Amino acid sequence: MSIRRPAPDLIQPKTFKFSTINLIQIEKILKKYPHDKKSSAVLPLLDLAQRQNDNWLPLAAIKIVANTLEMPMVKVLEVSTFYNMYNLSPVGKNLLQVCTTTPCWLRGSDEIYEACKEKLGIDFGGTTKDKDFTLIEVECLGACSNAPIVQINDDYYEDLDEISITSIIDKLKKNIQPQTGPQSERTGSEPLNTKRR
Amino acid sequence: MINLTVDGIEVKLPEGSTVMQACESVNAEIPIFCFHERLSIAGNCRMCLVEIAGSPKPIASCAFPIAEGMEVITTSKKVKDAREGVMEFLLINHPLDCPICDQGGECDLQDQALYYGRGMSRYSEDKRAVDDKPFGPLIKTAMTRCIHCTRCVRFMDEVAGVHELGAIGRGEDMEIISVAESGLGGELSGNIIDLCPVGALTSAPYAFTARPWELKHTNSIDVLDAIGSSIRIDSKDEKVMRILPRLNEEVNEEWLGDKSRFACDGLANQRLDSPYRKNSKGKLEKCNWDEAFDTIFKKITKFKNNEIAALAIGNSCIESMVTLKDLMSGLNVSNLDSRSELSSLPIKASERCGWLFNPKISGIEKFDSLTIIGSNPRYEAPILESRIRKAWLNSDMSIGRIGGDCMLSYPLIELGSKTSIFDDLLNNSHSYNKVLEASSRPGFIIGEGVINRKDGYGIIGKIRKIAEKYNAFNEEWNGLGFLHTSAGTVGALEVGFVPGNKGKNTTEIINSAHKGKIKFVWLLNTDDCDLDAFSNSFIVYQGHHGDKAAEIADVILPGRAYTEKEATYVNTEGRVQRTQQAVQSPGDSKEDWKIVRAFSSILGKPLPYNNISELRNRIEKINPYLTVENYVINGCLSNIGDPDLKISNHDINPLDINYYMTCPISRFSETMAKCSMQSKKNGKKN
Ligand code: SF4
Ligand code: FES
Ligand code: FES
Repeated sequence: MSIRRPAPDLIQPKTFKFSTINLIQIEKILKKYPHDKKSSAVLPLLDLAQRQNDNWLPLAAIKIVANTLEMPMVKVLEVSTFYNMYNLSPVGKNLLQVCTTTPCWLRGSDEIYEACKEKLGIDFGGTTKDKDFTLIEVECLGACSNAPIVQINDDYYEDLDEISITSIIDKLKKNIQPQTGPQSERTGSEPLNTKRR
Repeated sequence: MINLTVDGIEVKLPEGSTVMQACESVNAEIPIFCFHERLSIAGNCRMCLVEIAGSPKPIASCAFPIAEGMEVITTSKKVKDAREGVMEFLLINHPLDCPICDQGGECDLQDQALYYGRGMSRYSEDKRAVDDKPFGPLIKTAMTRCIHCTRCVRFMDEVAGVHELGAIGRGEDMEIISVAESGLGGELSGNIIDLCPVGALTSAPYAFTARPWELKHTNSIDVLDAIGSSIRIDSKDEKVMRILPRLNEEVNEEWLGDKSRFACDGLANQRLDSPYRKNSKGKLEKCNWDEAFDTIFKKITKFKNNEIAALAIGNSCIESMVTLKDLMSGLNVSNLDSRSELSSLPIKASERCGWLFNPKISGIEKFDSLTIIGSNPRYEAPILESRIRKAWLNSDMSIGRIGGDCMLSYPLIELGSKTSIFDDLLNNSHSYNKVLEASSRPGFIIGEGVINRKDGYGIIGKIRKIAEKYNAFNEEWNGLGFLHTSAGTVGALEVGFVPGNKGKNTTEIINSAHKGKIKFVWLLNTDDCDLDAFSNSFIVYQGHHGDKAAEIADVILPGRAYTEKEATYVNTEGRVQRTQQAVQSPGDSKEDWKIVRAFSSILGKPLPYNNISELRNRIEKINPYLTVENYVINGCLSNIGDPDLKISNHDINPLDINYYMTCPISRFSETMAKCSMQSKKNGKKN
């Protein structure tokens, strides 16, 4: 896993503003929490900010979230550097998050990683020149029963092997939405060979 | 009540107690890093693991609540292994650089590694390294040593109320950072040095100057503000190396303001180490005591008693003030004062509730509303500020402010700075009346912004009326707290260093001096008043630093600083406390009361005390409690102020002070100079 720190000053935008749609959204989110416990909304607000900003969180957005929730900026920074789901520097259009924790590793995450690397020409932490793909390594995604897993943006791709991950990347390159979920014959996490018996 | 056993011993504790408290109650020792009594529980160091019968895993005792029938075990092999394991993990990334670490010898990690760790390290892989952080001129960081207990973060958030520290990243990449670019803000930041259980945060001015075992410890009292925090003076080779806070629940708990902690380097600069007198060319020249006294003698006997005055506005101890007062009454001089110009403080002992912080410092926690008038506790008394914050955090106290705009560490109801508000409050025509009405123990902090104005007497009267109206000024509850900025003020009033019969007060002394009617003035530790007034008078300056007044004096009598004498001070709440001598004073300087006593013999009117105990007997006659250490003088109710006096419409403003430079000691401290530059950079209001 890479060290999670804000992006260098050079690429930090000076300002950030929530869009009108998001401002309405924020109001809705805030209603879910007691008035004096606004800070509970920090995770969804950071997520909103990230989605609005090409899938990464600049410091300016962190500041705006802090102001909105009346929290000290450093406390919001703590949260955003803690969770992997927040990207602190720009990422490609498709963010490939390869799980390499033990269950996935036992089920062949090394091969998945090699296939991605080969196909995209980038290593963990890298972004392709056309800014279409970023490859990162993550810890357990919580779907071990369908290992190995790669999460691409918001979707899980499960039961992968070299062939399936390659074809997923190919489709993404052509802007075709691949089938999400298990890439095997199962639809959930039922035992793989029950049907055959 | 819940019953449980710790190592087989039965314990009974109230519900909600933690396992650690249960262990403490039977003296079962638990090693800790992140836990601190006065901070919230974090439970992140895991050093406090103990075993609970029936539970497969050890638990963190600092964060685990007790339950009926629980069997806690602190001595088993499992507990020993758990501690060794935690310690081994903590040390994996710790640089183990004790020989070059300032914490060495007083380091929790060092001690606990010795008692609870394995003898040897099994780790031979690479260690991580962490960049040091800019924490300002007071705190030196070596962040590679940090064990992420987050005590520093919690202190700044909870006690100091300055939200600048945070722990970013996670796991191995966790780091403590500050978002303040030029050093930490607030006036209490030095306390994180004490809190840091390892050598990650150490004192920058003290860096590499001494090892703890070389230091002589002297328990004493701080006099750089009117709070009188309990301190420990650490000295080596007759030099004050550092000052640390001492536990005193009633006053400073275990914190200390940055000025009180770090100004001690000023004790070594610009000291008056010998008597001086002006030569024929008008230049100050070193002389011996006899020559200095002789010069004074020749002058003082020439003038009439109403041409002579004595001022003690500053950090004078009561011993020196009593002697000087006695000397002056021997000469029939009644022009004495210890209050600043325009001060409206009463002088009669029966009105002492008009100068004391009546609700007491710890009483702040009883307030359910607080009105701060003409005061800025953050700069005038940071310890008091932290008490207010604590009280606010633990209750829903509402806090209003009249005058001032500086950021404080709690939300404020801003009441503007107009003087008309007092009448509005008396007439029930202000929205703030509701707040006062709803509160059963209102508190008022009255600062020098009110005390030191021409119409202060009138404002104080109105505040008293308001307090009476809301049951805050009666036998049961006196919520009026006068907050002074200088350690000598209350002591001076208690011993009556005030104008005698037909005597002039400070304002009058200064006015007459301007007109040439005061020809001789004795300035006891007095640097902060209109000194120009005395340009044509003969000035005797008695003090320890070559500060403003010494420059213009005709004779200088070198006295001692608070670290060099055993002397009594009375803090703003009326607590009688004594400093202790930690080091020798430089050169030829003498204890202040002895200087005056020696001069009285030259004058042919020797004061009737030859040693400190005889002097204390004399002080006892003024007020028997002034010699009882730690006694808190109470004021009985009296009609202080005059509510009918016309008050002007000048805005109420707290004193405009630079926290880091308020007395000769702090003005000559390099560390304080650096802090004051940093705070200018950060913008004073924040
Ligand atoms: S710097 Fe010291 S006090 Fe702060 S988290 Fe690290 S070890 Fe704890
Ligand atoms: S290990 Fe990959 S999802 Fe759990
Ligand atoms: S002291 Fe209990 S976890 Fe740190």
